[in-house]
Amino acid sequence: MLQSPIVEIRNLFKSYRRGSQVIPVLQDISFDIAEGEFLALMGPSGSGKSTLLNLIAGIDTVDSGTIRVGGVVIGALSEAELAKWRAANVGFIFQFYNLIPVLTAFENVELPLLLTGLSRRERHEHVEAVLALVNLTDRMDHNPSQLSGGQQQRVAIARAIVTDPTILVADEPTGDLDRVSAEEILSLMDRLVHDFGKTIVMVTHDPKAAEKAHVVRHLEKGILTSS
Amino acid sequence: MFLLKLILRNAFRHKLRSILTVVGVAVAILAFGLLRTLVGLWYLGVESSSATRLISRNAISLVFPLPIAYRDRIRRVEGVTGVAGASWFGGIYIDEKHFFPSFAVEAKPYLDLYPEFVLTEDEKKVFLHDRRGAIVGRKLAAKEGWKIGDQITLRGTIFPGQWAFVLRGIYHGAQKSTDETQFIFQWDYLNETMKRTIPRRADQAGIYIVGVAAPELAPQVAQTIDAMFKNSLAETLSETEKAFQLSFVAMTEAIMIAIQIVSYVVIVIIMIVAANTMAMTARERIAEYATMKVMGFGPFHIALTVFGESLTIAFAGGMLGVVLTFPAARWIEVNLSQFFPVFMISPVTILLQMAAAVVVGAVAGVFPTWRGSTIRIAEGLRRVG
Ligand SMILES: Nc1ncnc2c1ncn2[C@@H]1O[C@H](COP(=O)(O)OP(=O)(O)O)[C@@H](O)[C@H]1O
Ligand SMILES: [Mg+2]
Repeated sequence: MLQSPIVEIRNLFKSYRRGSQVIPVLQDISFDIAEGEFLALMGPSGSGKSTLLNLIAGIDTVDSGTIRVGGVVIGALSEAELAKWRAANVGFIFQFYNLIPVLTAFENVELPLLLTGLSRRERHEHVEAVLALVNLTDRMDHNPSQLSGGQQQRVAIARAIVTDPTILVADEPTGDLDRVSAEEILSLMDRLVHDFGKTIVMVTHDPKAAEKAHVVRHLEKGILTSS
Repeated sequence: MFLLKLILRNAFRHKLRSILTVVGVAVAILAFGLLRTLVGLWYLGVESSSATRLISRNAISLVFPLPIAYRDRIRRVEGVTGVAGASWFGGIYIDEKHFFPSFAVEAKPYLDLYPEFVLTEDEKKVFLHDRRGAIVGRKLAAKEGWKIGDQITLRGTIFPGQWAFVLRGIYHGAQKSTDETQFIFQWDYLNETMKRTIPRRADQAGIYIVGVAAPELAPQVAQTIDAMFKNSLAETLSETEKAFQLSFVAMTEAIMIAIQIVSYVVIVIIMIVAANTMAMTARERIAEYATMKVMGFGPFHIALTVFGESLTIAFAGGMLGVVLTFPAARWIEVNLSQFFPVFMISPVTILLQMAAAVVVGAVAGVFPTWRGSTIRIAEGLRRVG
């Protein structure tokens, strides 16, 4: 890992307010993620993993501290700027796939491309390319309900990478899958890192999943305990 | 294009729910259209009245007649182009269920004053020469199955006895709003019979229809006529045909206002139902909207998706409602013609129906649109699973 860090997190604090109560979730988090790194974030439930991931992905705002992704301090962006930034720089993979049920696999992957300036033909070329990469060309006209969990997650991965984002973030991507499907997803993510130089931040419970990662960090009650 | 596809598929995602909502909106729009039409019809007599016709009646009440001798005196007033005496006959054909309006009129001047009752030259000639002749509107003839030459007997109510007529003509209206359900016969026949049976009721007319040369002359002519018969045994009250018709309408105006209110209440109710459905739908989709936002879609895109869906459903319901209005109106025209001689749906009503549907969709969509577009992503995502 000789590259400069693509993500720099410094003195990050985040708390949630529940009524009059303030619940601290992340406390003084600082670390870097190098370009091309496969990072696994581990920790017990409620330790703040998802919260941290959301902050890196620019879908939640910090209380204090800075997050710099690709040189951009995302905390300084307005909501609209942040949305634009996400469209160009972040690919999100969810535990429950979050595909749009009324769209086919192909259309689900095409969806984020609508925010780019690509022509219809270019969009279709991109979609076909990533569907081939996740090995789902023969299922592209299926609706999510006609696909297995593993297949749905592969569609979701295709959707996350189709815009060629700066980082991929995944919140327990194998959390809802059986062993075999989980293996498939993990080796796919592994390929994205090794063959395509992607940077991945993955939250996981699963030690098997963490094995694939270059770096494993542990969160414990909002504090980074080891690296 | 893509978003449109998404909107359309979303709209019919829960087939049963969408269909029920569409049908609900359709029924409301149908009811709205029919009620508005009903109210419109109530004022139709007023709207189809002519500005160059006056009605002179007994100043005390419409139930008291005027001497027939007034006719020639009115005829001589400056600006008057024609006068026809007419009496409400109120005859019954078979039974009360077959109700239609029947009038005894001074046929020649009457037909001149009502050019909207169109007869062929032949029909007109034969009718005018037959004392017992009668003419009826096209709709009435069709309903009762009458043909020219038929013998028709009415039972008199105001004028007792059995009255036999021969059908000499079937008029059709020059405008769609012309009443085609009237039964018209010669006042001479009525009067001659009265002379023989109840002489004190002979030589009288219920009202006079007075033609004036120009609408501007109407007030002056009315004043002159009423002044002429001031302090006589039967004073007159002359007013434009429109004012005369309005005096009938005024009696039932409260009912019409109530119907109008009901027509809006129907829309408000369906609005609430549709809003509830849309809110439920949007709540189920919060995670999807959040997911789209993660990808970088803005509040505007989400708003468009939610609002578009609400409008699509309401619009589909509106279209269905409008389409159903025509057979419904036709059914009313055929089966309830004694109450609604013409039940026509005006273009304005159709426009109002579509506007109401769009308003329903818009109002129903407002809250879910606001919810969907302002949902915070992190919270929206927590709704998954
Ligand atoms: N939107 C929110 N409002 C209030 N509390 C929240 C919210 N999101 C997360 N939390 C709280 O923050 C803590 C960390 O949550 P999360 O980051 O989801 O944990 P993990 O992903 O590690 O299980 C939990 O105690 C959770 O209840
Ligand atoms: Mg979590």
